[in-house]
Amino acid sequence: MPFDVYLNVAIGGVLTGLVYGLMALGLSVIFGVVRVVNFAHGELMTIAMFIAVVSFSCFHLDPLVMLVPIAAVLFAFGYALQAALINRFITRPEYSQFLLLVALGIIVANSLLIIFGPDARAVQTAYAFDSFAVGPLIVDAAKLYAGAAAILFTVALFAFFRFTRLGTAIRACADNYTGALVVGLDVKRLYALTFGLGAACVGAAGAMLVLLIDATPMLGPSYTLLAFVIVITGGLGSMPGALVGGLLIGVTEAIAGLLFTPSVKSMFAFAILVLVLLFRPQGILGRRPA
Amino acid sequence: MRAGLSAGEPRRIAILLAALLAALLAAPWVVNDYLLTVLILILYFAYTGQAWNVMMGFAGQLSLGHAIYVGLAGYVAAMLFTRLGVGPWLGLLAAIPIAAACGAIIGFLAFRFGVAGVYFAILTIAFAEFARIGFDNWGFVNASSGLFLSVKQYGHNDLWQLRGDPTMFYYVILAASALLFALCHLLMRSRVGYFWLAIREDEEAARAVGIDTFRYKMYAVMVSAAVTSFAGVFYAFFYNNLFPEQVFSISRSIEIILGPIIGGVGTLFGPILGAFVLTGLAEALSSSMSAFGLELPGATQVFYGVCLLFVVVALPDGVWPPLARRLGVTKRQR
Repeated sequence: MPFDVYLNVAIGGVLTGLVYGLMALGLSVIFGVVRVVNFAHGELMTIAMFIAVVSFSCFHLDPLVMLVPIAAVLFAFGYALQAALINRFITRPEYSQFLLLVALGIIVANSLLIIFGPDARAVQTAYAFDSFAVGPLIVDAAKLYAGAAAILFTVALFAFFRFTRLGTAIRACADNYTGALVVGLDVKRLYALTFGLGAACVGAAGAMLVLLIDATPMLGPSYTLLAFVIVITGGLGSMPGALVGGLLIGVTEAIAGLLFTPSVKSMFAFAILVLVLLFRPQGILGRRPA
Repeated sequence: MRAGLSAGEPRRIAILLAALLAALLAAPWVVNDYLLTVLILILYFAYTGQAWNVMMGFAGQLSLGHAIYVGLAGYVAAMLFTRLGVGPWLGLLAAIPIAAACGAIIGFLAFRFGVAGVYFAILTIAFAEFARIGFDNWGFVNASSGLFLSVKQYGHNDLWQLRGDPTMFYYVILAASALLFALCHLLMRSRVGYFWLAIREDEEAARAVGIDTFRYKMYAVMVSAAVTSFAGVFYAFFYNNLFPEQVFSISRSIEIILGPIIGGVGTLFGPILGAFVLTGLAEALSSSMSAFGLELPGATQVFYGVCLLFVVVALPDGVWPPLARRLGVTKRQR
């Protein structure tokens, strides 16, 4: 195969990887602050995907237009979830928290199955088959838009954590729970806010992902797993790590799909996970635990 | 937490066990074919739940990929049977070391590099998914088109070849569940069992008093994988078909762990009680729904999810520990 085929596929992988990165960022933010592993992450994404699909098929609203509203809906959902349920679980053992989220995931996925049926649903935008030619390179318009939106969203999130008082307060909770309580932060509310933000990330990622793949109710578990692989690969608790991991997994999957059959591509993601656990357990950008 | 057989009142427990066993032994004469199939399913989940419990309940290692051991063992036995004509019991002898080796690989990767808790759980899922996609694309085992065992009309029950009517399968899984119950009882009170308990409660402290935590965690994974492999062989010969998408899927792994969690993690009766409660209620739900002409594919799973949610929120120790106190088969908790 000629070299530019690989390059084209790799660029597609980078753009998909940006969306994966945003999705994983949501997981990383929630884990980094609340210390709860969101095992319903993929299911939150499927909710976002179905909102995008329904708003497109009923009201002809482009998923990229719906990006912010969908992120807002998921934010509210995540906030409510943390405030009503998960906050009660922060002192419970790990497996107990984890089962709570597995239960939520099962309920969400199968409710979607009951409502929408098992069929795959696609969004056919006007630009679905457009592409841009840059020299020998051909870039999918849908992927380019999705990747660009992912970058914008990620930058906004980083800016929020870096430059706003609220973002600083949330980072304080993550760094020192007791300290945050002592200086009078409303930790439970900040946790709810964080879970909401994480859900908004995955919601935005879901809205972009409907441009790339079809929505089915049962996508959840495999994308939860993908988000984990990315976060562990990039480095737990490292926000840039989630992005690097996303890019790495996105490109690996794209190249593997080209060299072998597309259905085996996620095996390579797992292979990377095992390699990372073997040789660099703290992840690419993670800090070695003290 | 450690309610059940470990604490006091052995006579009541013996009576309870004997009554349960007698009822289960007599069941095929009383129930109809449909209920017998439900009972087989219940015992199957009691068995797999008990096997999973060795790892999570005894040693505190959360596995969410137990479908990999069921699937591997099922495939080994089914391949040996269909390709070489080797019977299921010999197939089981081949499946046990393969499942245990698979558990050992996962355990080694995790424990050697300090992957613990939820990350360990993720690693187990990743392996199960790896196997699912691998088998789905592996022509040697018929890839995604699945593996079928020939279904003939049987004049008689052939226990050696595991070909026969549901009643035979019922007694096979009942015997296996009873054996595993006894084995778990022994393990729980053995030296290894107490080491596991120490690791579950506080791994640092366990290491500090000189327990080789790496080795005993490896034992837990391997024992659990090895006993789970029987469930795979049983599955293959009872259902006569294996599809990677089905046997290795995450939802299979979750079904395995639901019973013991609802019943009570770390108890001997928990997995059995959980299997009865969960499978019984789910079957009641689906049969009453079909009586009303409702066909909702996700309804049973939503029901599972709600049950799980209820138990983790309201009964964090499961159903068995409070029930055991009510029945007076356990010492009062301090």
